[in-house]
Amino acid sequence: MDGIHDMGGTQGWGTVTIPRDEPVFAEPWEAKAFAFGALSARLSGGNLDAMRHAIDRQHPYDYVVDGYYGRWLGCVETQLISSGVLAPGAVEARARTLRGETVAEPADPSPNKPDYTPTAGGSLRTVDTAPRFAVGDSVCAKTLANDGHTRLPRYVRGHVGTVTAIQPAQVLPDTHAHFIAENAQHVYAVAFQSSNLWGDGAEQFTLTIDLYDDYIDPA
Amino acid sequence: MTATPHPHDYPDVALRAEALESLLLEKGLIDPKVVDGLIARYQNDVGPMNGAKVVAKAWTDPEYKARLMANGTEAIKEFGFTGPQGEHIEVIENTPDVHNVVVCTLCSCYPWPVLGLPPSWYKDPAYRARIVREPRKVLSEMGLDLAEDVAIKVWDSSSEVRYFVLPERPANTEGLDEEQLAAIVTRDAMVGVAKVSGP
Repeated sequence: MDGIHDMGGTQGWGTVTIPRDEPVFAEPWEAKAFAFGALSARLSGGNLDAMRHAIDRQHPYDYVVDGYYGRWLGCVETQLISSGVLAPGAVEARARTLRGETVAEPADPSPNKPDYTPTAGGSLRTVDTAPRFAVGDSVCAKTLANDGHTRLPRYVRGHVGTVTAIQPAQVLPDTHAHFIAENAQHVYAVAFQSSNLWGDGAEQFTLTIDLYDDYIDPA
Repeated sequence: MTATPHPHDYPDVALRAEALESLLLEKGLIDPKVVDGLIARYQNDVGPMNGAKVVAKAWTDPEYKARLMANGTEAIKEFGFTGPQGEHIEVIENTPDVHNVVVCTLCSCYPWPVLGLPPSWYKDPAYRARIVREPRKVLSEMGLDLAEDVAIKVWDSSSEVRYFVLPERPANTEGLDEEQLAAIVTRDAMVGVAKVSGP
């Protein structure tokens, strides 16, 4: 999906500064959000790609306002609701109760964990077929009209780059996130010249990104 | 997609975290000891001090450096640095001619086993958006002015491959041992937004 999370190349965010002596977690709740996020795939019967997709689906306004660990918190809630562990509105109702409001808490939902078992842990897989592309090949990143999860960002779509390495094969996030299939496939490091992405007036640099076999065509 | 943003009186993130915790505890789904253990691990034990040890060894042991460049994941594992977000770590080397810098434009993927959890600027929309479009300018804002003839390579961590920058060893550090070198290696240099300065 073409959501707020796909930030590469977007403008207007201002300058980047490095805060000094920053703690790992700025607030105690951030540490909790991190831990719940780290446990969320196990609690919801999901996986890392489903977790990322649950982050991408936060409302764009909340995505920015809630910040990084706020998004983790939101994605845990989203995953637990999808899998029938928590009822929609359960977290809000409990939070309102905690701050002294009188609200009815929703009844527990029926469990609805995905009927999906990965073939192995993690995301790396072995693929028997030979890679479709070799180092040095020109490839074009596809254009996509995809409402679901993808790791093909907008800013490279439709642009031509060069394969610079064949990476370990991996499950395809686009289907794995939705519990459809692993679609384990080759992944390629593809280098793009900045002028191909941003035009002739761009700063001169090389942008390398890992693209799954499904994301590219021969150029 | 959530259809609307949270209303203005929606409980804030801190309260929602507390609410979620209370629900999960009530249902017996989380063990407080596991939660505390995870937090302590990433607060105290997994962080840039791990990566600094890898860099210092690569600077002082050419055979280790060769192993690290050939198979980052395995060479890093020699220190016992493994775990989530470290399935496949690739090491990219900064030299006087080439400067590498790492980003994750789609979320904030980061090589946890060697660097811990990402700092705020790495997760900042400004960094995620702009480093793939005007890296020289962004690096300069962050305090790193690169000479015009230094080639910049930006790496967007879109798959499960994690990139780890081996910074240049600063001049005048010949007298330092591995431990002293590790002490001068910074997190920011291992992401590629800074250089390591001498002692």
